Amino acid sequence: MATKKMAIIATKGTLDMAYPPFILGSTAAALGYEVQIFFTFYGLQLLRRDLSDVKISPLGNPAMPMPVPMPVLVAALPGMESMATMMMKQKMKKKGVAPLEELRALCQEADVKFIACQMTVDLFDFEKSDFIDGIEFGGASTFLEFAGETDICLFV
Amino acid sequence: MQFDKELDARGLSCPLPILKTKKALGELASGQVLKVVSTDPGSVKDMQAFANQTGNPLLESAEENKDFIFYLKKK
Repeated sequence: MATKKMAIIATKGTLDMAYPPFILGSTAAALGYEVQIFFTFYGLQLLRRDLSDVKISPLGNPAMPMPVPMPVLVAALPGMESMATMMMKQKMKKKGVAPLEELRALCQEADVKFIACQMTVDLFDFEKSDFIDGIEFGGASTFLEFAGETDICLFV
Repeated sequence: MQFDKELDARGLSCPLPILKTKKALGELASGQVLKVVSTDPGSVKDMQAFANQTGNPLLESAEENKDFIFYLKKK
């Protein structure tokens, strides 16, 4: 049976959108898939050495479950974003959800290939040293060469 | 059931039970049995899918109090 392949394009950098690429990537790898994740635009934030800046905002997030009803104007107040991020992280820890750093490390251990979009790095003037080791830099063609052969290709 | 190694995955949520199972199986020799204990209800279907996909048979899947117990054999 030929090895199955999966490609994910990670375009978002918020805490809630950080989980799907790493969870799917690590699990697929555990199931024997060959996996590549292409990080572009805000997805590049997920390749930073320090992930403590990955946040979630209550603003403009009407589907986010809240302990108390929250009017939009309150969600826009200073400090609300930090509070929402802190509460979400606390909840995740309590429920045994793996922290991002751990999931990312498990991905790399399972030979999931991380590709950083060179164009985005140039666009936002990021430094290669901002990012973790073991990643490649490439463009759309690099990614599409692999993506065209995959059984599963996802856009997050 | 006889087992060679036990993995305590209690309190861990998806995908950790599967990821840790894969790692633990990697340390066993072919034919050995891994016992996994999990509290994640999703792990019941996940373990079956993992067994199907990787070819490591799921010998038994049981529920004991709040725990889910699985026995997997390394192929």
